[in-house]
Formats: sequence, C-alpha cells, structure tokens
Amino acid sequence: MAHSTTHHHESNTKRIWFVFALLSVVTIVEVVLGIIKPDFLVDTHFLAMSLLNWIFIILTIYKAYYIAWAFMHLEGETKGMRRSVVWTAIFLISYLMFILLTEGDYIFDVYKSNHVAWDF
Amino acid sequence: MEATVIRTGTEGKTWGGGNDPLRASYGKMMMWFFIVSDALTFSGFLAAYGFSRFKFIDSWPIADEVFNHFPFLHGLDAPMYYVALMTFILIFSSVTMVLAVDAGHHMKKGKVTLYMFLTIIGGAIFVGSQAWEWKNFIKGEYGAVTTRGGNVLQFVDGEGERVALADFAAELPVTRVANQRNSGIWFSENETLSDFTIEEVKAGFLANDNIFVRTKIIDENGEKTILSREESLSKLNTEAIGVVHGANLVENEYGPPLFADFFFFITGFHGFHVLSGVIINIIIFFNVILGTYERRGSYEMVEKVGLYWHFVDLVWVFVFTFFYLV
Repeated sequence: MAHSTTHHHESNTKRIWFVFALLSVVTIVEVVLGIIKPDFLVDTHFLAMSLLNWIFIILTIYKAYYIAWAFMHLEGETKGMRRSVVWTAIFLISYLMFILLTEGDYIFDVYKSNHVAWDF
Repeated sequence: MEATVIRTGTEGKTWGGGNDPLRASYGKMMMWFFIVSDALTFSGFLAAYGFSRFKFIDSWPIADEVFNHFPFLHGLDAPMYYVALMTFILIFSSVTMVLAVDAGHHMKKGKVTLYMFLTIIGGAIFVGSQAWEWKNFIKGEYGAVTTRGGNVLQFVDGEGERVALADFAAELPVTRVANQRNSGIWFSENETLSDFTIEEVKAGFLANDNIFVRTKIIDENGEKTILSREESLSKLNTEAIGVVHGANLVENEYGPPLFADFFFFITGFHGFHVLSGVIINIIIFFNVILGTYERRGSYEMVEKVGLYWHFVDLVWVFVFTFFYLV
C-alpha cells in the first residue's frame, strides 16, 4: 500500500468520489437513525450503552478511518509514520475517556443516592 | 524575489527538511505533529463534555428538541436536518480539497485553482451556518422557568407538545424598570429584563388548566417527565424563581448550564478552526494563482493545508456524533 510520494502519481479521483459517496451514505444512515430512533435499538443495552449509541460511535470511527486514510492520505505514508500518528492518539484518548466517563458516572451516583439534597 | 519563491531555503539542511524521516517532508511532518496535538486538545474538550453528561445523565437535554430549526421553515420541527446539511457541506469541501491536492500532483494549475476556490466557498458556508445555529440557540424558542436548585422547568400542553411562555403568561400591572447606573451607588447596570416576570408566568399557569410542567428528568422511555397538574402547581409555587429565554453562559432554557457552556465552547473552538482554515486556504489560493508553486515545481503546500482542512472535517465528525446524535 505504501508507495513513494515523491515519484509519479496516478490519479486518485475515482477513489476520492468513492469515499465521498461512502461518507455521505454513512451520514445519512446516522441522521435517519437519529430521527426515528428505533425502539429496540434504544432499549437494548450492551456494556451499559444502548445499541443505537454503539452504532453511532462505530459509524463515526468508520468515517474517521476513511477521512484519515483516503483524504489525509495516511494509506500512502510509511508504516512507522502511520502508527506514530494513529496509536499515539488512540491510546491517549481511550485512557482519557475511560478516566473521565467513569468519574462522571461515579459523581452521578453520589448525587443520586447521598443524603444531602442537591436539588433543593 | 525570484529566489524566495523557487526555493524554500531549507534544502540540504538536516533539520530544515534536508532528509525526510519516515519519508515525509519536514513541513508535512510538522503538520502531523500539530494535528496529533490538536486532536488531543479536542478530545480533552469532548471528554470533559462526556464527563459532565455522565454526571447529569438523567437530565441532559435531548438534542433533537434543541436543534430543530431549518431556514425558511418556521415553526416546523426539523430535528437535525440543518446540522446534517452542514456536515455534508464540510465533507464536500473536504472532497474538493483532496481533488485540489490530486490536481496539484499533476501540476494542473487551473484545476487546483478551481478546487481551492470551491473549498473556500464550502468553508465559508459552514461558518455562516454555524453562526445561524448559534443565533437560534441563543435566542431560544419557548422559554423556561428557573428554580432555586438551578434547574429549569419547561411547559407542555395536554398532548405533551411544548408551550411557549408567551402563549400563556398573564399581563400583570407591574412596572419593571431595568436598573441604570444612576439608581444606585455601587450599581453599574443590570441585565436585560426578560419578557415576563415569574409572577406573570405563575398567574398565567394558574389560569390555564391545560398546561403542565415538564422537568428535565428523563424517564425510562427516554422522554422528559411531565408532572400532573397538582405537582406542577406545587413545584412552580415552591421552587420557581425566574424566567429564562434562550441561552447564555450562566443559564439556558434547555437544561443544565453546562450544556450551553460546552456547546458554545466546543462548536466555537471548532468554528474558529474552520475560520482559520478558510483564511489559510485563501492565502494558498492566491499563491496558486500567482504561480508560486508552479515555479517551485511542487504543490506540496496545498497538500499541507489540505491535511489541516481534513482534520477540521475529522473533528466535526466527532462533534456531530457527540453533540447531536448520541
């Protein structure tokens, strides 16, 4: 996949339009799901989050993958370059998300079950 | 003059891009450094948003109810249509940007110019749309009553449809005057008075049997709780202290103040990125027209601003998900 960026370039126009179509379709699916909110997706929970939200987040990461690979041309960079960009971000962001969301949920529980009214 | 445009002055220098670590040129590598660090900044903001949302998980506003305006469709409930359109505009301007980069690889000056121009237009439309979105958010639609505990109470009719304060608030013969600098010693000026006083809302509520209070607590069906008539009355009489229209950094009619704070901060920060992207694109656009890159023999500069522009699009994909969908 990694080809030299300094030598001759074949035209990528076809791939660009393909990715545009793909991103558009995914966005439309997201918006439609967001408007109708199918009951079974909202009510079914997997790992403390509704299936609908899982679908939104997975589709978002799918879109992000195509933007980074095709538009930002990460697919044409060397493997080392690609990994230092992607894994740095993924590890740090996952850690940050884990810590902050867990803490937010904990504070919610404290507000909900403690003996002092916070909504007075 | 000629020398400065043909050469970048860094040729052959190790730390000026003389060699290409990971086969990426100096400028591109630096752009990637910036993008990764900026991505971490944005994820910090979004994680903080997630924190606050988990903290108020049972009382966060429902995005479909807040962002439901569309230009020229007044009073029509159009959840997310407009923000979906904005997303398309931004994705499309990303496409024209990558087409400009592609044309640059083939040294086609005319095509690069055209695609850069379209990218700038797309970016400008997006920033304008965001301004419109902010205007609606700040202005508000229905208005709400604030409580002593810092919550908001909204109003619905028998069918559960939202009712604006203006529809039922009574006209009471009170004259309210906004304090000016001359009416107190330590006083400067107070904020603009809302359209109604809390007394007018209470009197109007008492006179209309078919109006109920809706709290911000989300029930098990994912909808906001609607109180019975008696509960509504006692809640209004014991807790209500003020009236709020729209949103500012202190209070808003949609839910927890943090909701509006994060909305302003994150979409504002993103909008600022789009704005600077448009400005940088304009600079590069003129360089393309002047033939700078033609003489330099490479359109790599277009590629570098392209990376930034795609990054802005990438961030929007996440903002869109976490603010409007999830």
